[in-house]
Amino acid sequence: MASSSGELTIIGYIQHHLQNMTFGKLPAGYHRHASGHHEAEVLTEPTWTLARSSEEAFDMGFWAFHLDTLAWGIILGSLFCFLFARVAKKATIETPRGIQSFVELIVEFVNNVVKDTFHHKNKLIAPMALTIFCWVFLMNLMDLVPVDWLPSAAMMVTGDSHFFFKVVPTTDPNATLGMSLTVFGFMIFYSIQQKGALGFIKELTLHPFHSGKIYIDIFLIPVNFVLETVSLIAKPISLGLRLFGNLYAGEMIFILIAAMFGAGLILGLMAGALQWIWAVFHILVIVLQAFVFMVLTVVYMAMAYDTGEDH
Amino acid sequence: MDAALVFIAASLLIGLGALGTAIGFGTLGGKLLEASARQPEQAPALQGKMFLMAGLIDAIAMIGVGMGMYLIFVIAPGML
Repeated sequence: MASSSGELTIIGYIQHHLQNMTFGKLPAGYHRHASGHHEAEVLTEPTWTLARSSEEAFDMGFWAFHLDTLAWGIILGSLFCFLFARVAKKATIETPRGIQSFVELIVEFVNNVVKDTFHHKNKLIAPMALTIFCWVFLMNLMDLVPVDWLPSAAMMVTGDSHFFFKVVPTTDPNATLGMSLTVFGFMIFYSIQQKGALGFIKELTLHPFHSGKIYIDIFLIPVNFVLETVSLIAKPISLGLRLFGNLYAGEMIFILIAAMFGAGLILGLMAGALQWIWAVFHILVIVLQAFVFMVLTVVYMAMAYDTGEDH
Repeated sequence: MDAALVFIAASLLIGLGALGTAIGFGTLGGKLLEASARQPEQAPALQGKMFLMAGLIDAIAMIGVGMGMYLIFVIAPGML
């Protein structure tokens, strides 16, 4: 965690704050360094354990779980589902409460966007858009909580001074790419469902250049295929990395500002002002990225349903 | 020595991305004001679409900024 010499350098502080709480399997014979109150040991057999440093997390390989991303994601997701379900159950026309009008506002907003973009009949699209918008917004909202509040609160609760977790799930590419790959799966599923496997392959090979005459098409197919596959793969990658890039850069700047607090009074005051300014600007970024993620999902679904005659 | 190269690479990554984004936002903002001036009643709708495009414009640049920051704060210190 902190650099071996014990005193906390800026690089140590930043790297410490970028370290997810990973739980994974370390192979037998793995030499673990001492850190905090754990002493150095050599593992006799493969053990599932919490990584104490980024090297250990790296050595855990692929099958290592970021507990903080999973925990915060599930907590915020269930908070959203619980809140909206409870309001929906108790919705009344006569005496609507404030929370109900707020939920109606969001549902109305998402419904309008989906109605404008998606012109086919599918009961899953609007709920998916609402879930994506609210869930991504809630996950992004955690970025406004000052960097050290929640982890140090947890340190006090657990008493273990090396207990650290990253608070914003969307700064973890696993979370954002996980969502975008799910959207990608839906996209493929719906386009095959709507156009049939042959239609899907035809769309991949005959767009954008086709001449109707078979002997010319034979040469065009490889070109089309490369172009279409690249744009197909680019969709989920850009969708996932856009959210990740925005939130990761935003959180990095919050960490840098937090590091300024430790550098004397003048810099501390400036850091306070900077933190406030960046948080206000970041509110726009948070809402915007959730909105863009939702709109692009609906647009990709609409493209999957688009059988190509009408354009 | 190669840590310095990483820093140069990261700054290029962020700088060129910012250049493109700045030009994009400049024209986007200009066109928005033009269109709103021409048809003031369309201003809210245009503004909504402007924010959508704003989110899309700085997508690739922010991916570059994210990667650049990763280079600077995770990879470069490892090499120092």
